[in-house]
Amino acid sequence: MSAAYKQPEVSLEMVKSHGLNDEEYDLIKKILGREPNYTELGIYSVMWSEHCSYKNSIALLKTLPRDGDCLLAKAGEENAGAVDIGDGLAVVFKIESHNHPSAIEPYEGAATGVGGILRDIFTMGARPIAALNSLRFGSPDNPRVRYLVDGVVRGIGNYGNCFGVPTVAGEVYFDESYTGNPLINAMAVGIVKHNEMASATSEGNGNPIMIVGSKTGRDGNHGATFASEEISEKSQEKRPSVQIGDPFTEKLLLEATLEIIREDLIVGIQDMGAAGITCSCSEMSAKGESGIEIDIDKVPVREEKMVPYEILLSESQERMLVCVKKGNEQRVTEIFDKWGLDSTLIGHVTDDKMFTVKLHGEIVSRIPSESLVLGGGAPVYHRETKRPAYLDDLHKLDFGSLPLDRNWNATLLTMLASPNICQKGWVFDQYDSMVRTNTAVGPGSDAAVIRLRKTRKALAMSTDCNGRYCYSNPRAGTRSAVAESARNVVCSGGQPVAITNCLNFGNPYKPEIYYGFSEAIGGMSEACLVFNTPVTGGNVSFYNEDPERAVFPTPTIGMLGVIEDIDHITTQWFKDAGDVILLVGSNTKELGVSEYLHTIYKQTRGDVPALDLEFEKRMQDSLLTLIRKGVIKSAHDCTEGGLSVALAECCISNADNTTGANVNTADDIRADALLFGESQSRIILSCREADTATIIELFKNNSVSCRKIGAVGGDRLKIDGLVDLPLEKIAGAYFNAMHEFMDARPVEPATGAV
Amino acid sequence: MKVGVVTFPGSNCDYDAYAAVRNILNEEVNFLWHKSDDLMGSDLVILPGGFSYGDYLRAGAIAKFSPIMKEVIQFAKDGGLVAGICNGFQILAEASLLPGALIRNDHLRFSCKFVYLRVENNKTAFSSCYGEGQIIKIPIAHSEGNFYHFDGEVEKLESNNQVVFRYCDEDGNVTEAANPNGSLNNIAGLCNEQGNVFGMMPHPERAVEDILGSTDGLGLFESVRSVISKMTTADAN
Repeated sequence: MSAAYKQPEVSLEMVKSHGLNDEEYDLIKKILGREPNYTELGIYSVMWSEHCSYKNSIALLKTLPRDGDCLLAKAGEENAGAVDIGDGLAVVFKIESHNHPSAIEPYEGAATGVGGILRDIFTMGARPIAALNSLRFGSPDNPRVRYLVDGVVRGIGNYGNCFGVPTVAGEVYFDESYTGNPLINAMAVGIVKHNEMASATSEGNGNPIMIVGSKTGRDGNHGATFASEEISEKSQEKRPSVQIGDPFTEKLLLEATLEIIREDLIVGIQDMGAAGITCSCSEMSAKGESGIEIDIDKVPVREEKMVPYEILLSESQERMLVCVKKGNEQRVTEIFDKWGLDSTLIGHVTDDKMFTVKLHGEIVSRIPSESLVLGGGAPVYHRETKRPAYLDDLHKLDFGSLPLDRNWNATLLTMLASPNICQKGWVFDQYDSMVRTNTAVGPGSDAAVIRLRKTRKALAMSTDCNGRYCYSNPRAGTRSAVAESARNVVCSGGQPVAITNCLNFGNPYKPEIYYGFSEAIGGMSEACLVFNTPVTGGNVSFYNEDPERAVFPTPTIGMLGVIEDIDHITTQWFKDAGDVILLVGSNTKELGVSEYLHTIYKQTRGDVPALDLEFEKRMQDSLLTLIRKGVIKSAHDCTEGGLSVALAECCISNADNTTGANVNTADDIRADALLFGESQSRIILSCREADTATIIELFKNNSVSCRKIGAVGGDRLKIDGLVDLPLEKIAGAYFNAMHEFMDARPVEPATGAV
Repeated sequence: MKVGVVTFPGSNCDYDAYAAVRNILNEEVNFLWHKSDDLMGSDLVILPGGFSYGDYLRAGAIAKFSPIMKEVIQFAKDGGLVAGICNGFQILAEASLLPGALIRNDHLRFSCKFVYLRVENNKTAFSSCYGEGQIIKIPIAHSEGNFYHFDGEVEKLESNNQVVFRYCDEDGNVTEAANPNGSLNNIAGLCNEQGNVFGMMPHPERAVEDILGSTDGLGLFESVRSVISKMTTADAN
């Protein structure tokens, strides 16, 4: 590149192709007091993209409950939220989407999603101790969908396995609404001592700025802009916008990063994800109320003849920007050398609050940092909402159209073998769930549990969302998602402490879509206030649409819970013959938007099951008290598939020790609603006969219904004279289904229309 | 007992092996950096699991050239005890310290789950604390664990009693269904002819505490400890 680099002229057409509208372009001219040049246009384009600026969501996000005594870093303050858990330790956790890249390049899209969220954790000085994910695809009958499932699972697996973080939990849902636009949400959890937490800031005039990790290439250019559009026929052409991950480099980057933080060599550090160098420079300097000046020609590159525009916007993976305490540059370089990674001085902190880029000493871009970032000069929009007309019709459910003369044994087996209910071992066996030897409960129980060495504590974590509920009723559906994630944590012996969220929606410029978003935020607020679980951050992903439809509104909740003592860890499966089975909560005549309607009648219809948040909270508090008393032998909540599916899971989900159950609820409600209804706030417990009275008494004192419904034992599951099945049949349906629909049928090759 | 755990770039079970020896067995243990040439007086060298050098080229293929491996190879030739777990087994096979090769799992996927192993030979330094024919539960986590060797060579391993662990079902039956990766003769772990170099695909360091789901991996570390303490006693005499 010669010093006489001449930038292309900025035309109005070019402005438009950068996704900026007229008002936004006018605003840029006002901020700069002049026309932006080509490089500056590129910078504004990515920083003001939906993906980086949250311009269409931030106003509503600010209404979420984001305060709590235990928060060390609140939503938006750092790369991830941080929660104090005592013993001088903090938990750092966050969930993020990588939907668009995974839709067109499932393996790399999913892998780099994992890589990105892991960097968000260790850039704060925390060592990642667990990864989770929440995945949604179209029907597995579609070969293109199977191709996506196959690639995504391999991508997540290979990245996490090689990096060395246990992938301990996740959800996998299938529904036609996700056919062309799958949802790939990755969550990571890390642990750090309070005094070793790092911040994403740059300050101190003259402090050196270094880029560390991988070299910068042309991969992933404009990934953030691409993520801010709907998926279309043309999306395949954007495959070059998908970044390529290298988990081996990330593992080295992790170790080197933690070393420079532990040795107290730096002022701040931020990983490079969306919008690469541009985003980290502008955000760090804006946070530190400083400026940054970099020499773009000093950035190590993979390819020749890269222009500043490309280097600034590259989304090459496994890179970090570091603001070093002056005088420590040499030591930082020694540490990165030890791990075989580049570390290069590319600039310094200034006091002019400008993000300045020079090429061979000449300025190619100069922009006020504050004007680029979320919470600063980036635009904020309040979008129009409109209640979708389909809701009124959707909510009508005629029980008369659902015949009751079914064979309930066969129906339960069909339900257990359905894609959304069957056991997902095909998926999670491909993830290393045990590396680091802290996994007390891996995939397959209500929540995953990771013990914390040198303490008695453990962390319980879960991701939850029923998109079908949110489609039918975004507010109530989101309340249920929060309640279910808290319930899963409590069933595992943990106290829910905070959430992270991943909000997956369609195009925000469509009022019906924005209605769903706005309602979901409202429902989340209501529930988080009741459970006292503030929102510590997360990610918004709009434009999740293929040419035929938008995805179901899917506000995925990642819940973190603290288990005070490892003796409280509780799992979902029945333990010993002779134990008593208790039902907490009530069976009701509800089948709205149930898995039963979807699987048996191919219908998505009705309103969501009713949820009383206050009741749910009392129920969860009571259960946690009992778990801590040591009287609960197993706890499992009833969700998709209702009571019968939950009972079947209690019987067989510990493959080493399956046991039957004999249940008689004596409830006088329709058989389909009794067996498969999804009424909320229900938990199946098992306990010793001798503890039964204590348990029922405590629930009663808190005005929560709890009663004996049966006993553990035998080798059959019997429910109310409706179901009577041997365990082998139940296990056969539940454990084999995913293998059958994935392995027995071909996946489509990589090419082809979305 | 003094244990050395090698850290290659990309090792990620090094800390787990370290923690098992340090916290559960209460024995001295050091990390050995891949660029070093000092085994720090180790009685046992462990090559841990992970993805050394990203498993680029072939699992274990690059690690065998790292400086520490020169020392490990010499140590093994001098009769020192060397154990490779998972990626460590792959490295030992690549370095020809153990026979055969570990190729892609027959189902072509990564697989992480608890499996059962039958103790085939409890006369080795790595298995003496197990009963012969004992069935133990230990997890696997790999995508290249399919043990392969040429016709005739496997028979030789068998007749030399070099097979230490074999994949089996809960009741000890060595079946195809219990074979998680397609390994010949369900071989999960084996030693060299001299019996001082040992490799296994399953992870004993992940099965050392009840909270992790099994303590059946402890026997391996205890076996080595008992051999070393006997050697030390013999030296003292």
